[in-house]
Amino acid sequence: MADLTSNFIGIKSPNPFWLASAPPTDKEYNVRRAFEAGWGGVVWKTLGLDPHIVNVNGPRYGAIWGADRRLLGLNNIELITDRPLEVNLQEIKSVKRDYPDRAVIVSLMVPCEEDPWEFILKKVEDTGADGVELNFGCPHGMSERGMGSAVGQVPEYIEMVTRWAKAHTRMPVIVKLTPNITDIRKPAQAAKDGGADAVSLINTINSITSVNLDLFAPEPTIDGKGAHGGYCGPAVKPIALNMVAEIARSADLQGLPISGIGGVTTWRDAAEFMALGAGNVQVCTAAMTYGFKIVQEMISGLSQYMDEKGFTSVDEIVGRAVPNCSDWQHLNLNYIAKAKINEDLCIKCGRCYAACEDTSHQAIAMSDDRVFSVKDDECVACNLCVNVCPVENCITMEQLPVGAIDERTGKVVEADYANWTTHPNNPAAKAAE
Amino acid sequence: MDAKALAEGIQAGRLDDDALKAGFSDLHPNLDGHEALVAADRCYFCHDAPCITACPTDIDIPLFIRQIATGTPEAAAKTILDQNILGGMCARVCPTETLCEEACVREAAEGKPVQIGRLQRYATDTLMAAGVHPFDRAEATGKTVAVVGAGPAGLACAHRLAMKGHDVVIYDARPKAGGLNEFGIAAYKSTDEFAAREVDWLLQIGGITVETGKAMGRDISLSDLRDRFDAVFLGIGLGGVNALGAPGEDKDGVLDAVDFIADLRQASDLAALPVGRDVVVIGGGMTAVDAAVQSKLLGALNVSIVYRRGQDRMNASVFEQELAASKGVRIITNASPVAVHGNGAVREIEFEYTDDQLQPTGQTFRLAADQVMKAIGQTLEGDDLPALEGRKIAVTGAGRTSVDGVWAGGDCASGGDDLTVTAVAEGRDAAEDIHSSLMG
Ligand SMILES: Cc1cc2nc3c(=O)[nH]c(=O)nc-3n(C[C@H](O)[C@H](O)[C@H](O)COP(=O)(O)OP(=O)(O)OC[C@H]3O[C@@H](n4cnc5c(N)ncnc54)[C@H](O)[C@@H]3O)c2cc1C
Ligand SMILES: Cc1cc2nc3c(=O)[nH]c(=O)nc-3n(C[C@H](O)[C@H](O)[C@H](O)COP(=O)(O)O)c2cc1C
Ligand code: SF4
Repeated sequence: MADLTSNFIGIKSPNPFWLASAPPTDKEYNVRRAFEAGWGGVVWKTLGLDPHIVNVNGPRYGAIWGADRRLLGLNNIELITDRPLEVNLQEIKSVKRDYPDRAVIVSLMVPCEEDPWEFILKKVEDTGADGVELNFGCPHGMSERGMGSAVGQVPEYIEMVTRWAKAHTRMPVIVKLTPNITDIRKPAQAAKDGGADAVSLINTINSITSVNLDLFAPEPTIDGKGAHGGYCGPAVKPIALNMVAEIARSADLQGLPISGIGGVTTWRDAAEFMALGAGNVQVCTAAMTYGFKIVQEMISGLSQYMDEKGFTSVDEIVGRAVPNCSDWQHLNLNYIAKAKINEDLCIKCGRCYAACEDTSHQAIAMSDDRVFSVKDDECVACNLCVNVCPVENCITMEQLPVGAIDERTGKVVEADYANWTTHPNNPAAKAAE
Repeated sequence: MDAKALAEGIQAGRLDDDALKAGFSDLHPNLDGHEALVAADRCYFCHDAPCITACPTDIDIPLFIRQIATGTPEAAAKTILDQNILGGMCARVCPTETLCEEACVREAAEGKPVQIGRLQRYATDTLMAAGVHPFDRAEATGKTVAVVGAGPAGLACAHRLAMKGHDVVIYDARPKAGGLNEFGIAAYKSTDEFAAREVDWLLQIGGITVETGKAMGRDISLSDLRDRFDAVFLGIGLGGVNALGAPGEDKDGVLDAVDFIADLRQASDLAALPVGRDVVVIGGGMTAVDAAVQSKLLGALNVSIVYRRGQDRMNASVFEQELAASKGVRIITNASPVAVHGNGAVREIEFEYTDDQLQPTGQTFRLAADQVMKAIGQTLEGDDLPALEGRKIAVTGAGRTSVDGVWAGGDCASGGDDLTVTAVAEGRDAAEDIHSSLMG
């Protein structure tokens, strides 16, 4: 069993799996049970000033499902904590006292003025919490009041508030970013400039999950109306991974620690975030879908993976894939592959054929007795057939060795690396000559 | 149909090798990777899952299935083996249709449970194929425990004790360890010497010495074991067989089903194993079904199971009954044997129909039989045992007997179903109790 101990910006936890600031971390009762289940840390549900906010009293979630009603994406219109500040602070103190080895971070959202930040930071410091997370991400409700993503969408505000926070506390400050922007590096840069110890991302994405076609209103519908909500769960993972990678590979943001959030459901998701530069991960929807116990699979899976790879510390995973995150223009155009169908594994559904014949390169042949094979002289190795095949590893991409002839182009596969920047068809490349 | 198949009497080689091989192949072959992923995908990861409650060893089924789904069957195996060190055998022999899979919420939803047993096998087979034994022994305690009986109960107990750092000696009367896993379970459930391989794998924990050919009551005595060891666990199963109580029972061709099955399990060449043309099995449990089905698979032409009560009272599960029917075994219910006819060897067996209160109705019938197999229950054997409750060793709590320092579990102990998985649970729990009383 590998050692999963995590040290994120000086905050130690027995594993890199934290619960994100959300209903799972809303109160002492939850957090104690989460720690008993094995979670390494929590970011407490976002605190605000009294009088505490109120939530709607109708449905706050919408969802989309995959086959078998598997929850793939969740949308919510919940606000920050709807309990008095003092109650939360007391509970945080009591939990942290009883679980000194777990990370307890407190998420905060107060108006964009220095006094309330100073006020609440002092209060949190008294609880013995390990750090704070500034919630600049909530995309609904709070943003209408000039908080949450309304701050997170203006880099100058991020920098200003981060600076206040750093000035008024010795606790590490994590800045939680909203994905509802065009270039994630800008708010990250602002957080860094304001002195943030780390950024965490993503918060939820603006979304409408579905429309009720009888009421003609977005779901979840409250008294005939609906409001956009924040989207999260497995569906948002690819967006979150890219944003994490964008920050991790930016030269200007070098060394800015990242807490990865967005759709983490299994050990593998967590390892992927970490490989792209996240020092740890935070989880919300997976816990809300399956309960606290899922962390056990994350722990055993990550541990097995590390043992198999010979990694002795989670830090060995962090950032390992970042050097391989490239731009399109630097991909090797002399790398040539062909799809290959394993006839023993093929169940003859014909989905690869439909996909390739109708929408790709007409590179799959189908015989009268439903044997499917790839036409190497047509295949461009787009990978579509691999992705639509229901049987894992039935269709694979096989690299053509150097010296072989690509039957599609009639050209010999070259050993040298060559990318778009030097390609003859690139006007910019020609201009450089 | 050739002359061999039709030949009267008890004959070897009724079927050719191919037919034998096909009949005795794996009843539920292991899932391949794709099948396992599809099967695992159906699990809902229920909260406080009913399947866990239904498993006598409380395996965390949703967790292990999720571990399979996320590509770590080895971690899944560890989850299984943490609770049930014979998880590999249980995956093959558990009547899942009356245990975990019956409780599966998808059985309620769609009448089609998650294939828990087969997924369990997928995980444990993956780990065992890699030759991994994922448990280490705790620091040596200097305590010693004698385990009598190397069946599932004894093996589970010994492994848990060894893991806790105690030194264990297992004594078994038979020439091989494994108990009914080795000598009783139907051949098509434990193929390729699985029982023996599993014992070898289990013993990799270290700290366990197995002494076969050593019977308590013959070579060793309980009082001697109590003197020499800090604790004793009895997992001796049920060695005896109930008598029919019908005249003619002593004729040639009348045998105990468990003996027939043990011979079959140990046979190196099934073609050399004789079986009757007309076989009648008396009983209504798993043993009756196994004896009947395996007779059929050896080439017996007519095989009947005759049970004295109604079909709904049969101990064999519906799945087992259907298995028997699918192999061509006829199940006759509400009939009790009254006489075995024949001159020296059995030729016919006579039954009388009974009503639901087991009262004879006066109506009788005869079945042709050149072999009659008794599968009407096993009994505890041995003198000098701790106090009994009914016909089994009385136990309280986690297997404590009336004798200080002596625990019992598995088929020989009171309470619980007579199943492999129950034996494992009782052996394991007794080990935990022995450990706390030795260290306490
Ligand atoms: C034909 C048959 C088929 C079955 N099929 C299934 C099935 O499909 N699924 C299922 O769950 N269960 C099945 N069972 C039941 C299952 O096999 C038993 O419940 C289980 O084996 C009990 O385990 P145990 O360790 O208590 O006893 P056993 O497996 O009987 O082991 C007892 C061991 O103790 C040894 N022993 C006995 N007396 C002494 C002594 N005096 N000194 C030393 N050693 C001694 C024996 O040699 C034996 O090795 C079947 C049983 C039979 C008979
Ligand atoms: C119901 C709900 C409430 C949330 N409340 C907060 C919050 O108060 N503060 C916050 O920073 N993020 C909040 N989030 C966002 C999560 O912390 C997290 O960033 C997001 O859900 C993405 O992670 P996931 O895909 O694992 O769910 C909330 C999410 C949900 C679903
Ligand atoms: S999850 Fe609980 S609080 Fe929410 S609607 Fe259902 S019962 Fe009510």
